[in-house]
Amino acid sequence: MAEKILMKGNEAIAVSAIRNGVDGYFGYPITPQSEVMETLMKEKPWETTGMVVLQAESETSSINMVYGGACTGKKVMTSSSSPGISLMCEGISYLAGAELPCLVVNVMRGGPGLGTIQPSQSDYNQCVKGGGHGDYNAIVLAPASAQDMYDFVDWGFELAFKYRTPVILLADGIVGQMMEKVELREMKPRRTKEELLAAAPWATTGKTADRPYNVITSLALESDVQEKFNQKLQAKYKEIVEKEATHTEYMTEDAEYLFVAFGCSARICEAVVDDLREQGIKAGLLRPVTLFPFATKRLAELSKQVKSMMSIELNAGQMVEDVRLAVNGACPVGFYGRQGGNIYTPDEIADAFKKFNNLK
Amino acid sequence: MKEEIIIAGFGGQGVLSMGKILAYSAIMQDMEVTWMPSYGPEMRGGTANVSVILSDKKIGSPIVTKYDTAIILNQQSMDKFEQSVKPGGLLLYDPNGITRHPERTDITICRIDAIDVAAKVGNSKVYNMAVMGAYLKMKPLVDMVNVDKGLAKCIPARYSDLIALNKQAIEEGMNSVVTL
Repeated sequence: MAEKILMKGNEAIAVSAIRNGVDGYFGYPITPQSEVMETLMKEKPWETTGMVVLQAESETSSINMVYGGACTGKKVMTSSSSPGISLMCEGISYLAGAELPCLVVNVMRGGPGLGTIQPSQSDYNQCVKGGGHGDYNAIVLAPASAQDMYDFVDWGFELAFKYRTPVILLADGIVGQMMEKVELREMKPRRTKEELLAAAPWATTGKTADRPYNVITSLALESDVQEKFNQKLQAKYKEIVEKEATHTEYMTEDAEYLFVAFGCSARICEAVVDDLREQGIKAGLLRPVTLFPFATKRLAELSKQVKSMMSIELNAGQMVEDVRLAVNGACPVGFYGRQGGNIYTPDEIADAFKKFNNLK
Repeated sequence: MKEEIIIAGFGGQGVLSMGKILAYSAIMQDMEVTWMPSYGPEMRGGTANVSVILSDKKIGSPIVTKYDTAIILNQQSMDKFEQSVKPGGLLLYDPNGITRHPERTDITICRIDAIDVAAKVGNSKVYNMAVMGAYLKMKPLVDMVNVDKGLAKCIPARYSDLIALNKQAIEEGMNSVVTL
């Protein structure tokens, strides 16, 4: 049996990065995710796998170091929290525009502005809808446990290279700070030069006589060229939407009421579903695991089965808009949220649910 | 079996490490665990708390507001968490520095004079293990053999000579807990 270790979600990301052959990490400390870089610095992977770990002078530097590393086909990543991600958004847009794979971890805290350091999910719109400028999407994965934090690093890089696109791992302060049992998967060594060339034939690794120049840029001064490129990007996003939307369901088979929640909120809602079931109310939960692409298709199906849906988020109501679009009026869609780093209790959600559905 | 615990006191008392050792010991017994700290601008002398859930099934919500056990090590935490113990639950506290003792009559209340225990063992740093011993005496959910393994996982190798001292504090804590 693989070894099980008690660790924080943030530590799991760092350990997973080393064990999954990541080539470089560039970051700048910010609560509640500083343990990512702290763990990497403690583990000193440059002495074992050769992974580079560098504290940049700012988030802007970090994301542009990621851009540089990604150009060479390396598996590179950064991590930050909400205000830091805002600073990185220009870079993420450039990475999307240059079709570069990378992993960006956002362990969300409350905003806007400098906000609070307590857990929040208020960067849903920022990460799922863009954040940076232009018509782009990043693939967004939403972990709900320390094990997810570990596993999604590898999954994230797989998707990033498959589609040549930035992947955002959108966690929150609870998932980052909480310690849980984590099973370490088999080690993956860093890619050899041959493996890198096979995985990233587009990379700027030095021109050889047998191929033309590889050019990586997000600049196209001619409108026709830019439009054609944008259409190619959109076709890629369409393929991602068709193939990669992932979600989990809990007690939905006979559900009359559905909760929709991601990350830590999904776990809290699981407890609410259990409590309501004990009271004879047939509740269920859908947890979107990818936020882009979204579980639109399954929610549309479920909207014909349930009496109502309720989106539960640690924000003022962001994902609920996507739930409403998926449902398209087929059933009522409610919302309950807390903000500023406050966290709802299962009882509090159950009360809001009963109020919305006129139940006792 | 599901045991929801809050451990609360001053920063520096070893509240977070006690939670971690308890959680790691439970993992050694193949249980599911969550360990959720209050994080923020905490510092030595400020308040610190951690909620630990031990369960034989997968744990859904790591956020709870009612606890099976509250382990309380200062007055602020007593004020904050006495009412959060589920009826029939356990409140374990160190009376040192407590000016208002617990008043609930629907729960089991125990005290542990952990500073005295630590002094007896001869090292004030094992204070938290004296408290954990008292808890394990009242709720023997984790076997001592697994507590030994949990300790070994949590104490860095360079301090491995301190494992015996910690174990001694746990045992003395077990012997010193008083049910009121």
